[in-house]
Amino acid sequence: MNASALLLQLMQNVLVLLAAPLLLGWINQCRAWLQNRSGAGVLQPYRNLIKLFHKDAVLAFGASPLFRITPYILLACMWLAAALVPVLATDLPLSPAVDVIALVGIFALARVFISLAAMDIGTAFGSLGARREMLVGFLAEPALLMVLFTASTISQSTSLITIVETLAHKQFVLYPSMTFAAVAFVMVLLAENARIPVDNPSTHLELTMIHEAMILEYSARHLALVEWAGALKLLAYMAIGIALFIPYGIAEAGNWNALPLAIVLLTLKLLLAGAGLAFIETISAKMRIFRVPEFMGTAFLLAVLGLLTHFLLET
Amino acid sequence: MHIPFTGQIINMCAALLLLIAFAMLSQRRILSLINLFSLQGLILAISTTVVAYSSQQQHLYYSAALTLLLKAIVLPMILHRLIRKLNIKWDVETLFNIPTIMLVGLALVVFAFNLAAPISQMAATITRSTLGIAMASVLLSFLMMITRSKAVPQVVGFLAMENGLFFAATSATYGMPMVVELGIALDVLVGMFILGIFFFQIRTAFDSLDLKHMEKLKEE
Repeated sequence: MNASALLLQLMQNVLVLLAAPLLLGWINQCRAWLQNRSGAGVLQPYRNLIKLFHKDAVLAFGASPLFRITPYILLACMWLAAALVPVLATDLPLSPAVDVIALVGIFALARVFISLAAMDIGTAFGSLGARREMLVGFLAEPALLMVLFTASTISQSTSLITIVETLAHKQFVLYPSMTFAAVAFVMVLLAENARIPVDNPSTHLELTMIHEAMILEYSARHLALVEWAGALKLLAYMAIGIALFIPYGIAEAGNWNALPLAIVLLTLKLLLAGAGLAFIETISAKMRIFRVPEFMGTAFLLAVLGLLTHFLLET
Repeated sequence: MHIPFTGQIINMCAALLLLIAFAMLSQRRILSLINLFSLQGLILAISTTVVAYSSQQQHLYYSAALTLLLKAIVLPMILHRLIRKLNIKWDVETLFNIPTIMLVGLALVVFAFNLAAPISQMAATITRSTLGIAMASVLLSFLMMITRSKAVPQVVGFLAMENGLFFAATSATYGMPMVVELGIALDVLVGMFILGIFFFQIRTAFDSLDLKHMEKLKEE
Protein backbone atom coordinates (compact mmCIF):
# COMPACT_ATOMS: atom_id res chain seq x y z
CA MET A 1 0.00 0.00 0.00
CA ASN A 2 1.65 3.26 -1.04
CA ALA A 3 0.90 6.82 -0.05
CA SER A 4 -0.68 7.86 -3.35
CA ALA A 5 -3.18 5.00 -3.25
CA LEU A 6 -4.04 5.91 0.31
CA LEU A 7 -4.58 9.50 -0.80
CA LEU A 8 -6.91 8.28 -3.52
CA GLN A 9 -8.89 6.24 -1.00
CA LEU A 10 -9.21 9.27 1.26
CA MET A 11 -10.27 11.42 -1.68
CA GLN A 12 -12.96 8.95 -2.68
CA ASN A 13 -14.19 8.71 0.92
CA VAL A 14 -14.65 12.46 1.18
CA LEU A 15 -15.97 12.79 -2.34
CA VAL A 16 -18.77 10.22 -2.01
CA LEU A 17 -19.86 11.66 1.33
CA LEU A 18 -20.12 15.16 -0.08
CA ALA A 19 -21.43 14.27 -3.52
CA ALA A 20 -24.25 11.95 -2.45
CA PRO A 21 -26.82 14.71 -1.68
CA LEU A 22 -25.85 16.42 -4.93
CA LEU A 23 -26.75 13.27 -6.89
CA LEU A 24 -30.10 13.14 -5.10
CA GLY A 25 -30.68 16.81 -5.90
CA TRP A 26 -29.83 16.21 -9.54
CA ILE A 27 -32.32 13.32 -9.75
CA ASN A 28 -35.06 15.39 -8.13
CA GLN A 29 -34.28 18.28 -10.48
CA CYS A 30 -34.47 15.95 -13.51
CA ARG A 31 -37.79 14.61 -12.27
CA ALA A 32 -39.07 18.16 -11.88
CA TRP A 33 -38.01 19.05 -15.42
CA LEU A 34 -39.58 15.92 -16.85
CA GLN A 35 -42.82 16.68 -15.03
CA ASN A 36 -42.90 20.31 -16.19
CA ARG A 37 -42.13 21.71 -12.76
CA SER A 38 -39.37 24.18 -12.06
CA GLY A 39 -37.82 22.17 -9.21
CA ALA A 40 -36.00 23.24 -6.09
CA GLY A 41 -32.48 23.23 -7.52
CA VAL A 42 -29.76 20.64 -7.23
CA LEU A 43 -28.58 22.02 -3.88
CA GLN A 44 -31.88 21.46 -2.09
CA PRO A 45 -30.81 18.24 -0.29
CA TYR A 46 -27.90 20.16 1.31
CA ARG A 47 -30.30 22.87 2.52
CA ASN A 48 -32.55 20.15 3.96
CA LEU A 49 -29.62 18.56 5.75
CA ILE A 50 -28.44 21.89 7.19
CA LYS A 51 -31.95 22.71 8.34
CA LEU A 52 -32.33 19.33 10.02
CA PHE A 53 -28.93 19.53 11.72
CA HIS A 54 -29.92 22.84 13.29
CA LYS A 55 -33.10 21.53 14.84
CA ASP A 56 -33.50 19.95 18.25
CA ALA A 57 -34.02 16.22 18.19
CA VAL A 58 -37.25 14.81 19.59
CA LEU A 59 -37.30 11.21 20.73
CA ALA A 60 -40.41 9.13 21.11
CA PHE A 61 -41.34 8.07 24.62
CA GLY A 62 -39.65 4.77 25.44
CA ALA A 63 -37.17 4.81 22.61
CA SER A 64 -34.27 2.47 23.31
CA PRO A 65 -30.59 3.25 22.62
CA LEU A 66 -30.94 1.13 19.47
CA PHE A 67 -33.21 3.79 18.03
CA ARG A 68 -30.61 6.47 18.70
CA ILE A 69 -27.56 4.69 17.33
CA THR A 70 -29.24 3.33 14.20
CA PRO A 71 -28.78 6.52 12.13
CA TYR A 72 -25.03 6.43 12.80
CA ILE A 73 -24.82 2.74 11.88
CA LEU A 74 -26.80 3.39 8.70
CA LEU A 75 -24.55 6.23 7.65
CA ALA A 76 -21.42 4.18 8.44
CA CYS A 77 -22.63 1.17 6.42
CA MET A 78 -23.60 3.20 3.39
CA TRP A 79 -20.47 5.33 3.52
CA LEU A 80 -18.34 2.18 3.71
CA ALA A 81 -20.20 0.62 0.78
CA ALA A 82 -19.95 3.74 -1.38
CA ALA A 83 -16.28 4.28 -0.55
CA LEU A 84 -15.19 0.75 -1.40
CA VAL A 85 -16.57 0.48 -4.93
CA PRO A 86 -13.78 1.20 -7.42
CA VAL A 87 -15.13 3.91 -9.70
CA LEU A 88 -12.16 6.26 -10.12
CA ALA A 89 -9.14 3.97 -10.10
CA THR A 90 -8.57 0.30 -9.50
CA ASP A 91 -6.04 0.57 -6.68
CA LEU A 92 -8.22 1.38 -3.73
CA PRO A 93 -6.24 0.04 -0.75
CA LEU A 94 -9.32 -0.67 1.38
CA SER A 95 -11.36 -2.29 -1.34
CA PRO A 96 -9.91 -5.83 -0.95
CA ALA A 97 -11.41 -5.84 2.53
CA VAL A 98 -14.84 -6.25 1.00
CA ASP A 99 -15.81 -8.55 -1.85
CA VAL A 100 -19.21 -8.48 -3.50
CA ILE A 101 -20.79 -10.90 -1.03
CA ALA A 102 -19.65 -8.85 1.95
CA LEU A 103 -20.95 -5.75 0.16
CA VAL A 104 -24.43 -7.30 0.01
CA GLY A 105 -23.94 -8.17 3.67
CA ILE A 106 -23.28 -4.53 4.54
CA PHE A 107 -26.56 -3.53 2.91
CA ALA A 108 -28.32 -6.33 4.81
CA LEU A 109 -26.82 -5.12 8.10
CA ALA A 110 -28.16 -1.62 7.49
CA ARG A 111 -31.55 -3.03 6.60
CA VAL A 112 -31.75 -5.10 9.77
CA PHE A 113 -30.91 -2.09 11.93
CA ILE A 114 -33.36 0.33 10.29
CA SER A 115 -36.11 -2.30 10.55
CA LEU A 116 -35.36 -2.94 14.22
CA ALA A 117 -35.32 0.78 14.92
CA ALA A 118 -38.63 1.21 13.12
CA MET A 119 -40.23 -1.49 15.27
CA ASP A 120 -38.55 -0.22 18.42
CA ILE A 121 -40.94 2.70 18.85
CA GLY A 122 -43.97 0.49 18.62
CA THR A 123 -46.08 2.60 16.31
CA ALA A 124 -48.19 0.84 13.70
CA PHE A 125 -46.50 2.62 10.81
CA GLY A 126 -43.03 1.67 11.93
CA SER A 127 -43.65 -2.07 12.02
CA LEU A 128 -45.69 -1.88 8.82
CA GLY A 129 -42.80 -0.20 7.05
CA ALA A 130 -40.29 -2.62 8.56
CA ARG A 131 -42.24 -5.64 7.40
CA ARG A 132 -42.61 -4.27 3.90
CA GLU A 133 -38.93 -3.37 3.81
CA MET A 134 -38.01 -6.92 4.83
CA LEU A 135 -40.32 -8.32 2.13
CA VAL A 136 -38.69 -6.22 -0.57
CA GLY A 137 -35.22 -6.81 0.85
CA PHE A 138 -35.31 -10.56 1.04
CA LEU A 139 -36.53 -10.73 -2.55
CA ALA A 140 -34.03 -8.18 -3.83
CA GLU A 141 -30.98 -9.66 -2.14
CA PRO A 142 -30.79 -12.97 -4.07
CA ALA A 143 -31.35 -11.08 -7.31
CA LEU A 144 -28.50 -8.70 -6.48
CA LEU A 145 -26.25 -11.64 -5.54
CA MET A 146 -27.04 -13.37 -8.83
CA VAL A 147 -26.17 -10.20 -10.76
CA LEU A 148 -22.86 -9.98 -8.91
CA PHE A 149 -22.19 -13.70 -9.46
CA THR A 150 -22.68 -13.23 -13.20
CA ALA A 151 -19.91 -10.64 -13.15
CA SER A 152 -17.88 -12.90 -10.86
CA THR A 153 -18.05 -15.89 -13.19
CA ILE A 154 -16.80 -13.69 -16.04
CA SER A 155 -13.80 -12.45 -14.07
CA GLN A 156 -13.50 -15.59 -11.89
CA SER A 157 -13.26 -13.55 -8.74
CA THR A 158 -15.66 -12.04 -6.25
CA SER A 159 -13.37 -9.10 -5.64
CA LEU A 160 -14.76 -5.90 -7.11
CA ILE A 161 -11.32 -4.72 -8.19
CA THR A 162 -10.64 -7.87 -10.20
CA ILE A 163 -14.11 -7.66 -11.77
CA VAL A 164 -13.60 -4.06 -12.83
CA GLU A 165 -10.09 -4.76 -14.12
CA THR A 166 -11.33 -7.70 -16.18
CA LEU A 167 -14.19 -5.71 -17.66
CA ALA A 168 -12.42 -2.41 -18.25
CA HIS A 169 -8.77 -3.08 -18.88
CA LYS A 170 -8.62 -6.41 -20.65
CA GLN A 171 -9.48 -6.67 -24.32
CA PHE A 172 -12.95 -5.26 -25.04
CA VAL A 173 -15.50 -8.08 -25.19
CA LEU A 174 -19.29 -7.88 -25.41
CA TYR A 175 -20.82 -9.97 -22.67
CA PRO A 176 -24.41 -10.97 -23.53
CA SER A 177 -24.93 -12.26 -19.99
CA MET A 178 -24.34 -8.75 -18.67
CA THR A 179 -27.40 -7.49 -20.59
CA PHE A 180 -29.60 -9.67 -18.44
CA ALA A 181 -27.65 -8.75 -15.36
CA ALA A 182 -28.02 -5.04 -16.17
CA VAL A 183 -31.81 -5.24 -16.50
CA ALA A 184 -32.02 -7.22 -13.26
CA PHE A 185 -29.71 -4.75 -11.52
CA VAL A 186 -31.82 -1.75 -12.51
CA MET A 187 -34.87 -3.50 -11.06
CA VAL A 188 -33.00 -4.23 -7.82
CA LEU A 189 -31.75 -0.63 -7.67
CA LEU A 190 -35.30 0.70 -7.96
CA ALA A 191 -36.55 -1.63 -5.23
CA GLU A 192 -33.67 -1.21 -2.80
CA ASN A 193 -33.57 2.56 -2.97
CA ALA A 194 -37.31 2.98 -2.46
CA ARG A 195 -37.91 4.50 -5.89
CA ILE A 196 -41.00 4.31 -8.09
CA PRO A 197 -42.40 1.76 -9.12
CA VAL A 198 -41.73 -0.09 -5.84
CA ASP A 199 -41.91 2.78 -3.38
CA ASN A 200 -42.40 6.50 -3.72
CA PRO A 201 -39.70 8.56 -1.98
CA SER A 202 -41.84 11.69 -1.85
CA THR A 203 -45.06 10.36 -0.39
CA HIS A 204 -46.34 10.00 3.12
CA LEU A 205 -49.51 8.20 2.17
CA GLU A 206 -49.89 5.36 4.66
CA LEU A 207 -51.07 2.80 2.14
CA THR A 208 -48.06 3.05 -0.10
CA MET A 209 -45.00 4.14 1.81
CA ILE A 210 -42.29 1.66 2.73
CA HIS A 211 -39.09 3.49 3.51
CA GLU A 212 -40.79 6.66 4.72
CA ALA A 213 -42.97 4.66 7.11
CA MET A 214 -39.87 3.33 8.84
CA ILE A 215 -38.22 6.69 9.42
CA LEU A 216 -41.41 8.51 10.40
CA GLU A 217 -40.35 8.84 14.05
CA TYR A 218 -36.93 10.30 13.32
CA SER A 219 -36.35 14.02 13.60
CA ALA A 220 -33.59 16.61 13.39
CA ARG A 221 -30.03 15.27 13.23
CA HIS A 222 -31.17 11.64 13.29
CA LEU A 223 -33.41 12.23 10.29
CA ALA A 224 -30.61 14.11 8.57
CA LEU A 225 -28.27 11.17 9.02
CA VAL A 226 -30.88 8.70 7.78
CA GLU A 227 -31.54 10.81 4.69
CA TRP A 228 -27.84 11.28 4.07
CA ALA A 229 -27.44 7.50 4.37
CA GLY A 230 -30.24 7.08 1.83
CA ALA A 231 -28.46 9.36 -0.62
CA LEU A 232 -25.20 7.46 -0.03
CA LYS A 233 -26.97 4.15 -0.64
CA LEU A 234 -28.26 5.42 -3.97
CA LEU A 235 -24.77 6.59 -4.86
CA ALA A 236 -23.31 3.23 -3.80
CA TYR A 237 -25.77 1.34 -5.98
CA MET A 238 -25.08 3.60 -8.94
CA ALA A 239 -21.34 3.14 -8.34
CA ILE A 240 -21.78 -0.65 -8.35
CA GLY A 241 -23.82 -0.37 -11.55
CA ILE A 242 -21.15 1.78 -13.18
CA ALA A 243 -18.39 -0.57 -12.00
CA LEU A 244 -20.18 -3.63 -13.38
CA PHE A 245 -21.68 -2.40 -16.62
CA ILE A 246 -19.86 0.74 -17.82
CA PRO A 247 -16.45 0.72 -16.11
CA TYR A 248 -14.72 2.06 -19.23
CA GLY A 249 -12.51 5.05 -18.56
CA ILE A 250 -11.54 4.10 -15.02
CA ALA A 251 -7.88 4.84 -14.30
CA GLU A 252 -5.50 1.90 -14.20
CA ALA A 253 -3.58 1.10 -11.06
CA GLY A 254 -0.78 3.60 -10.51
CA ASN A 255 -1.70 5.68 -13.54
CA TRP A 256 -2.24 9.13 -12.05
CA ASN A 257 -2.41 10.95 -15.37
CA ALA A 258 -5.63 9.14 -16.23
CA LEU A 259 -7.30 10.30 -13.03
CA PRO A 260 -8.67 13.70 -14.19
CA LEU A 261 -10.25 12.04 -17.21
CA ALA A 262 -11.66 9.32 -14.94
CA ILE A 263 -13.23 11.96 -12.69
CA VAL A 264 -14.84 13.76 -15.64
CA LEU A 265 -16.13 10.48 -17.06
CA LEU A 266 -17.47 9.36 -13.70
CA THR A 267 -19.33 12.67 -13.28
CA LEU A 268 -20.82 12.26 -16.74
CA LYS A 269 -21.85 8.66 -16.04
CA LEU A 270 -23.47 9.62 -12.72
CA LEU A 271 -25.32 12.52 -14.36
CA LEU A 272 -26.59 10.21 -17.10
CA ALA A 273 -27.53 7.49 -14.61
CA GLY A 274 -29.41 10.04 -12.48
CA ALA A 275 -31.27 11.39 -15.49
CA GLY A 276 -32.08 7.81 -16.52
CA LEU A 277 -33.43 7.03 -13.07
CA ALA A 278 -35.59 10.17 -13.16
CA PHE A 279 -36.84 9.13 -16.59
CA ILE A 280 -37.79 5.62 -15.40
CA GLU A 281 -39.55 7.10 -12.39
CA THR A 282 -41.48 9.56 -14.54
CA ILE A 283 -42.77 7.05 -17.09
CA SER A 284 -43.79 4.34 -14.64
CA ALA A 285 -46.58 4.28 -12.10
CA LYS A 286 -46.18 2.92 -8.61
CA MET A 287 -47.33 -0.66 -8.44
CA ARG A 288 -49.40 -2.37 -5.79
CA ILE A 289 -47.36 -3.81 -2.96
CA PHE A 290 -48.54 -7.32 -3.87
CA ARG A 291 -47.07 -6.90 -7.33
CA VAL A 292 -43.62 -6.29 -5.83
CA PRO A 293 -42.82 -10.02 -5.34
CA GLU A 294 -43.64 -10.52 -9.02
CA PHE A 295 -41.34 -7.63 -9.96
CA MET A 296 -38.48 -8.92 -7.81
CA GLY A 297 -39.05 -12.49 -8.99
CA THR A 298 -38.61 -11.27 -12.55
CA ALA A 299 -35.37 -9.57 -11.55
CA PHE A 300 -34.10 -12.80 -9.99
CA LEU A 301 -35.07 -14.88 -13.02
CA LEU A 302 -33.32 -12.45 -15.36
CA ALA A 303 -30.17 -12.62 -13.25
CA VAL A 304 -30.26 -16.44 -13.34
CA LEU A 305 -30.78 -16.29 -17.11
CA GLY A 306 -27.68 -14.09 -17.29
CA LEU A 307 -25.68 -16.80 -15.53
CA LEU A 308 -27.07 -19.48 -17.85
CA THR A 309 -26.32 -17.39 -20.93
CA HIS A 310 -22.80 -16.92 -19.69
CA PHE A 311 -22.23 -20.67 -19.59
CA LEU A 312 -23.83 -21.14 -23.02
CA LEU A 313 -22.21 -18.32 -24.96
CA GLU A 314 -19.05 -17.24 -23.22
CA THR A 315 -17.22 -20.40 -22.16
CA MET B 1 -11.92 -19.13 -25.72
CA HIS B 2 -11.63 -16.13 -27.98
CA ILE B 3 -14.69 -15.18 -30.03
CA PRO B 4 -14.35 -12.75 -32.97
CA PHE B 5 -16.13 -9.44 -32.60
CA THR B 6 -18.86 -10.26 -35.13
CA GLY B 7 -19.52 -13.42 -33.16
CA GLN B 8 -19.86 -11.32 -30.03
CA ILE B 9 -22.44 -9.09 -31.72
CA ILE B 10 -24.41 -12.17 -32.79
CA ASN B 11 -24.26 -13.54 -29.25
CA MET B 12 -25.48 -10.18 -27.97
CA CYS B 13 -28.40 -10.23 -30.41
CA ALA B 14 -29.21 -13.78 -29.31
CA ALA B 15 -29.27 -12.70 -25.68
CA LEU B 16 -31.55 -9.77 -26.56
CA LEU B 17 -33.90 -12.15 -28.39
CA LEU B 18 -34.12 -14.30 -25.28
CA LEU B 19 -34.76 -11.21 -23.18
CA ILE B 20 -37.58 -10.16 -25.52
CA ALA B 21 -39.04 -13.66 -25.42
CA PHE B 22 -39.30 -13.37 -21.63
CA ALA B 23 -40.69 -9.86 -21.87
CA MET B 24 -43.40 -11.14 -24.24
CA LEU B 25 -44.18 -13.97 -21.84
CA SER B 26 -44.97 -11.54 -19.04
CA GLN B 27 -46.49 -8.70 -21.07
CA ARG B 28 -50.16 -8.06 -20.39
CA ARG B 29 -50.85 -5.29 -22.90
CA ILE B 30 -51.57 -6.22 -26.49
CA LEU B 31 -50.07 -3.01 -27.84
CA SER B 32 -46.74 -3.53 -26.06
CA LEU B 33 -46.76 -7.15 -27.19
CA ILE B 34 -46.89 -6.07 -30.84
CA ASN B 35 -44.13 -3.51 -30.27
CA LEU B 36 -41.98 -6.22 -28.69
CA PHE B 37 -42.65 -8.45 -31.67
CA SER B 38 -41.54 -5.66 -33.99
CA LEU B 39 -38.36 -5.19 -31.95
CA GLN B 40 -37.71 -8.93 -32.15
CA GLY B 41 -37.91 -8.74 -35.94
CA LEU B 42 -35.49 -5.81 -35.97
CA ILE B 43 -32.90 -7.63 -33.83
CA LEU B 44 -33.33 -10.75 -35.95
CA ALA B 45 -32.60 -8.69 -39.07
CA ILE B 46 -29.51 -7.13 -37.47
CA SER B 47 -28.15 -10.49 -36.35
CA THR B 48 -28.80 -12.02 -39.80
CA THR B 49 -26.94 -9.14 -41.44
CA VAL B 50 -23.97 -9.65 -39.13
CA VAL B 51 -24.00 -13.40 -39.84
CA ALA B 52 -24.12 -12.64 -43.57
CA TYR B 53 -21.18 -10.25 -43.25
CA SER B 54 -19.03 -12.58 -41.17
CA SER B 55 -19.72 -15.72 -43.22
CA GLN B 56 -19.76 -14.05 -46.67
CA GLN B 57 -23.09 -15.67 -47.53
CA GLN B 58 -24.74 -13.35 -50.06
CA HIS B 59 -28.21 -14.85 -49.83
CA LEU B 60 -28.40 -14.07 -46.10
CA TYR B 61 -28.42 -10.35 -46.94
CA TYR B 62 -31.64 -10.88 -48.87
CA SER B 63 -33.23 -12.84 -46.07
CA ALA B 64 -32.14 -10.14 -43.60
CA ALA B 65 -33.81 -7.51 -45.76
CA LEU B 66 -36.88 -9.71 -46.05
CA THR B 67 -36.98 -10.15 -42.27
CA LEU B 68 -36.69 -6.44 -41.70
CA LEU B 69 -39.41 -5.62 -44.21
CA LEU B 70 -41.83 -8.35 -43.24
CA LYS B 71 -41.35 -8.97 -39.52
CA ALA B 72 -40.28 -5.58 -38.27
CA ILE B 73 -42.52 -3.39 -40.45
CA VAL B 74 -45.32 -5.07 -42.42
CA LEU B 75 -46.60 -7.64 -39.91
CA PRO B 76 -46.62 -5.25 -36.93
CA MET B 77 -48.42 -2.70 -39.14
CA ILE B 78 -51.07 -5.26 -40.03
CA LEU B 79 -51.41 -6.21 -36.36
CA HIS B 80 -51.69 -2.57 -35.33
CA ARG B 81 -54.42 -2.04 -37.90
CA LEU B 82 -56.21 -5.17 -36.77
CA ILE B 83 -56.32 -4.23 -33.10
CA ARG B 84 -57.46 -0.75 -34.05
CA LYS B 85 -60.28 -2.14 -36.16
CA LEU B 86 -61.21 -4.73 -33.54
CA ASN B 87 -61.14 -1.93 -30.98
CA ILE B 88 -58.92 -3.85 -28.57
CA LYS B 89 -55.95 -1.51 -28.67
CA TRP B 90 -55.88 -0.99 -24.91
CA ASP B 91 -56.92 -4.50 -24.02
CA VAL B 92 -55.23 -5.97 -20.98
CA GLU B 93 -55.17 -9.70 -20.62
CA THR B 94 -55.62 -11.21 -17.19
CA LEU B 95 -52.55 -13.36 -16.74
CA PHE B 96 -52.48 -15.46 -13.63
CA ASN B 97 -49.35 -16.21 -11.73
CA ILE B 98 -46.66 -14.67 -13.87
CA PRO B 99 -43.84 -15.90 -11.55
CA THR B 100 -44.90 -19.52 -12.17
CA ILE B 101 -45.00 -18.95 -15.92
CA MET B 102 -41.55 -17.37 -15.73
CA LEU B 103 -40.23 -20.30 -13.68
CA VAL B 104 -41.57 -22.76 -16.26
CA GLY B 105 -39.92 -20.56 -18.89
CA LEU B 106 -36.61 -20.78 -17.02
CA ALA B 107 -36.91 -24.59 -16.88
CA LEU B 108 -37.56 -24.58 -20.65
CA VAL B 109 -34.44 -22.46 -21.18
CA VAL B 110 -32.30 -24.93 -19.20
CA PHE B 111 -33.86 -27.80 -21.17
CA ALA B 112 -33.23 -26.08 -24.52
CA PHE B 113 -29.63 -25.20 -23.62
CA ASN B 114 -28.90 -28.81 -22.70
CA LEU B 115 -30.69 -30.11 -25.78
CA ALA B 116 -28.73 -27.82 -28.09
CA ALA B 117 -25.31 -28.44 -26.55
CA PRO B 118 -24.51 -31.72 -28.43
CA ILE B 119 -26.00 -30.40 -31.69
CA SER B 120 -24.02 -27.18 -31.61
CA GLN B 121 -20.84 -29.20 -31.03
CA MET B 122 -21.29 -30.70 -34.49
CA ALA B 123 -22.12 -27.48 -36.32
CA ALA B 124 -19.24 -25.57 -37.90
CA THR B 125 -20.84 -22.13 -38.08
CA ILE B 126 -19.71 -19.02 -36.22
CA THR B 127 -23.16 -18.84 -34.66
CA ARG B 128 -23.37 -22.38 -33.33
CA SER B 129 -23.51 -21.48 -29.67
CA THR B 130 -26.69 -19.45 -30.20
CA LEU B 131 -28.63 -22.56 -31.22
CA GLY B 132 -29.65 -23.13 -27.61
CA ILE B 133 -31.10 -19.62 -27.41
CA ALA B 134 -32.97 -20.12 -30.69
CA MET B 135 -34.54 -23.32 -29.38
CA ALA B 136 -35.32 -21.63 -26.08
CA SER B 137 -37.16 -18.80 -27.84
CA VAL B 138 -39.17 -21.31 -29.89
CA LEU B 139 -40.19 -23.12 -26.69
CA LEU B 140 -40.95 -19.84 -24.90
CA SER B 141 -43.23 -18.75 -27.75
CA PHE B 142 -44.96 -22.12 -27.41
CA LEU B 143 -45.42 -21.47 -23.71
CA MET B 144 -46.79 -18.04 -24.49
CA MET B 145 -49.37 -19.51 -26.88
CA ILE B 146 -50.40 -22.02 -24.22
CA THR B 147 -50.83 -19.46 -21.46
CA ARG B 148 -52.87 -16.97 -23.49
CA SER B 149 -56.56 -17.28 -24.08
CA LYS B 150 -57.14 -14.32 -26.40
CA ALA B 151 -56.71 -14.67 -30.14
CA VAL B 152 -54.33 -11.81 -30.95
CA PRO B 153 -51.62 -12.69 -28.37
CA GLN B 154 -51.76 -16.30 -29.55
CA VAL B 155 -51.10 -15.16 -33.11
CA VAL B 156 -48.23 -12.96 -31.91
CA GLY B 157 -46.86 -16.03 -30.12
CA PHE B 158 -47.12 -18.00 -33.34
CA LEU B 159 -45.26 -15.33 -35.28
CA ALA B 160 -42.61 -15.11 -32.55
CA MET B 161 -42.17 -18.87 -32.82
CA GLU B 162 -41.52 -18.48 -36.53
CA ASN B 163 -38.88 -15.87 -35.65
CA GLY B 164 -37.25 -18.37 -33.31
CA LEU B 165 -37.23 -21.05 -36.01
CA PHE B 166 -35.66 -18.63 -38.45
CA PHE B 167 -32.98 -17.77 -35.91
CA ALA B 168 -32.35 -21.49 -35.29
CA ALA B 169 -31.88 -22.04 -39.03
CA THR B 170 -29.40 -19.15 -39.28
CA SER B 171 -27.41 -20.27 -36.28
CA ALA B 172 -27.20 -23.96 -37.17
CA THR B 173 -26.69 -23.91 -40.95
CA TYR B 174 -26.43 -20.27 -42.11
CA GLY B 175 -30.07 -20.23 -43.11
CA MET B 176 -32.35 -22.24 -45.34
CA PRO B 177 -32.21 -22.04 -49.15
CA MET B 178 -33.68 -18.84 -50.55
CA VAL B 179 -36.67 -20.62 -52.13
CA VAL B 180 -37.70 -22.08 -48.79
CA GLU B 181 -37.29 -18.75 -47.03
CA LEU B 182 -39.37 -16.91 -49.62
CA GLY B 183 -42.02 -19.62 -49.32
CA ILE B 184 -42.15 -19.31 -45.54
CA ALA B 185 -42.27 -15.53 -45.72
CA LEU B 186 -45.20 -15.71 -48.12
CA ASP B 187 -46.90 -18.30 -45.91
CA VAL B 188 -46.57 -16.10 -42.86
CA LEU B 189 -47.93 -13.08 -44.70
CA VAL B 190 -50.89 -14.94 -46.17
CA GLY B 191 -51.48 -16.70 -42.84
CA MET B 192 -51.59 -13.32 -41.15
CA PHE B 193 -54.25 -12.08 -43.56
CA ILE B 194 -56.36 -15.21 -43.10
CA LEU B 195 -56.02 -15.04 -39.31
CA GLY B 196 -57.03 -11.39 -39.49
CA ILE B 197 -60.24 -12.39 -41.21
CA PHE B 198 -60.66 -15.17 -38.64
CA PHE B 199 -60.53 -12.62 -35.83
CA PHE B 200 -63.57 -10.86 -37.21
CA GLN B 201 -65.38 -14.17 -37.78
CA ILE B 202 -64.62 -15.32 -34.24
CA ARG B 203 -65.87 -12.06 -32.84
CA THR B 204 -69.13 -12.07 -34.78
CA ALA B 205 -69.73 -15.71 -33.78
CA PHE B 206 -68.83 -15.49 -30.08
CA ASP B 207 -68.94 -11.76 -29.31
CA SER B 208 -65.41 -11.95 -27.92
CA LEU B 209 -61.89 -12.84 -28.95
CA ASP B 210 -61.44 -15.19 -26.01
CA LEU B 211 -60.71 -18.60 -27.46
CA LYS B 212 -62.15 -20.38 -24.42
CA HIS B 213 -65.51 -20.05 -26.12
CA MET B 214 -64.27 -22.28 -28.92
CA GLU B 215 -63.59 -25.19 -26.62
CA LYS B 216 -67.26 -26.04 -26.45
CA LEU B 217 -68.19 -28.30 -29.35
CA LYS B 218 -71.93 -28.48 -28.78
CA GLU B 219 -74.33 -25.70 -29.48
CA GLU B 220 -76.68 -24.81 -26.74
